[in-house]
Amino acid sequence: MRNVGIIMRRELASYFATPLAYVFILIFLVLANAFTFYLGGYYERGQADLDPFFTFHPWLYLFLIPALSMKLWAEERKSGSIELLMTQPVRLREAVLGKFLAAWIFTALALALTFPLWITVNYLGSPDNGAILAAYLGSLMLAGGFLAIGSCMSALTRNQVVAFILGVVACFAFLLAGFPLVLDVFRSWAPQALTDAIASLSFLTHYESIEKGVIDVRDLLYFAMLIGFFLLATGIALELRKAD
Amino acid sequence: MIKTEHLTKHYGSLTAVEDVSFQVSAGEVLGFLGPNGAGKTTTMRMLTGFVTPTSGSASICGHDIDTEPLAAKAALGYLPEGAPLYGEMTVRQFLGFIADLRALEGERRVARLAHVIEHLQLESVLEQTIDTLSKGFRRRVGLAQAIVHDPPVLILDEPTDGLDPNQKHEVRALINSMARDKIIVISTHLLEEVEAVCTRAIIIARGRIVADDTPAGLAARSRYHNAVTMQLEQPSQLLAAREAVAALPAVAQVEMSERDARLTALPHSGATILPALSELAARSGIKLKELHLESGRLDEVFRTITA
Repeated sequence: MRNVGIIMRRELASYFATPLAYVFILIFLVLANAFTFYLGGYYERGQADLDPFFTFHPWLYLFLIPALSMKLWAEERKSGSIELLMTQPVRLREAVLGKFLAAWIFTALALALTFPLWITVNYLGSPDNGAILAAYLGSLMLAGGFLAIGSCMSALTRNQVVAFILGVVACFAFLLAGFPLVLDVFRSWAPQALTDAIASLSFLTHYESIEKGVIDVRDLLYFAMLIGFFLLATGIALELRKAD
Repeated sequence: MIKTEHLTKHYGSLTAVEDVSFQVSAGEVLGFLGPNGAGKTTTMRMLTGFVTPTSGSASICGHDIDTEPLAAKAALGYLPEGAPLYGEMTVRQFLGFIADLRALEGERRVARLAHVIEHLQLESVLEQTIDTLSKGFRRRVGLAQAIVHDPPVLILDEPTDGLDPNQKHEVRALINSMARDKIIVISTHLLEEVEAVCTRAIIIARGRIVADDTPAGLAARSRYHNAVTMQLEQPSQLLAAREAVAALPAVAQVEMSERDARLTALPHSGATILPALSELAARSGIKLKELHLESGRLDEVFRTITA
């Protein structure tokens, strides 16, 4: 576990050694606020909650998270530094976890920097702060799910642009798994049970209940298992393709 | 000790390495020679656990790289081909990161970092990001990370590639200074490097070991082994000298270079021709600028074996 921390710290520091961290945080904050005020009608609704803020997170993450995760492994493979890392006395799973955690902590930081909205809503009215906290937690879990998928896509290729596109498509499929756009693809030929199973994988369904302030253990478990699954897949992809 | 048994790696239908077995013991500096694409890098990657062999096994200091990868990796220092590093880190951060992964702590960590920084002369670039370094410095940072934990086994893939002659000399001096108590494997396609640092050389071609010998033993396979080269003061004597040399019974063949008035006499196998030649020169009044005995030409052996 010690190595997880070492790798995580190096990775986090590398975000801030390049413009990536600053650009990402800036764009995230600008877009999050723009969506909240212009699309969400934060003032017009006349309600003291952060619903218009959280509603747009899945769509914001859809493009921003793959942009963050695309470099996780594709860059290491492209530059060859993966050979340096994998020949240190480090387990593959420690490296996969360390890098994922660095990206997740970084996203958590960007999310935490939206705190002025929370202050504003408390100034304007008396919102249910418990529900807001739950929504933040849900948003973080959602980001974790996206990041794990992105990590896996990044492990599949040496090309960051390809990793980004694969990431967006895979995240989009998971986001809308409960909607006709995705389900119709399966409905025509797959048994009902499979279609239902796919529908139950939808990010949006699981996110929406947490976002409303209802923390259901099943929703948290869903995200945790999804993250675990895709990190495992990342490890397998790397094991097979790291030296190609 | 490094031990490999029947290491084989296939990529699809392509065979990169086929049935490579060897052992290296402490104190040996093994040069891995071969044309580009012969399988040197793939073999080193299997030794260091980065590539899993299709069949066969490798062990480092008794630890099988497949079943005990952490112990094996802890015992070795590795400079991958091209010395890949994390470009956005400064040299100090990078070496610190490696020292952490190598579990160096306290005084030993401080001492080892100071040691590699001094020996690879990295003091002046410690606070620079690796992306801004010249090729020579990058290679030295790569070497520094390989030796920071003072491993018993060093595997260096083309350690002097891209360095200027002074830097090459320094790196070879560094390798020689560590050679006594370590096992060192270097890959190279520079034959001078084999002569400068290696106690043993394995030549690999098309994925197979084609020669395993000391550099002197390899040189002895050359047809120039024990040949004598003479350079004349007066080019006008060249043709006559050639006739006279060729007439000697022990001489099998004479090669002539008119450009620098040089004759090379190749002996029949096992014969010694230096005394006869020097006597001939004295007797027939051929003035010599230079006369020397060749131990053999590695480049010629290399070409013959790998062609």
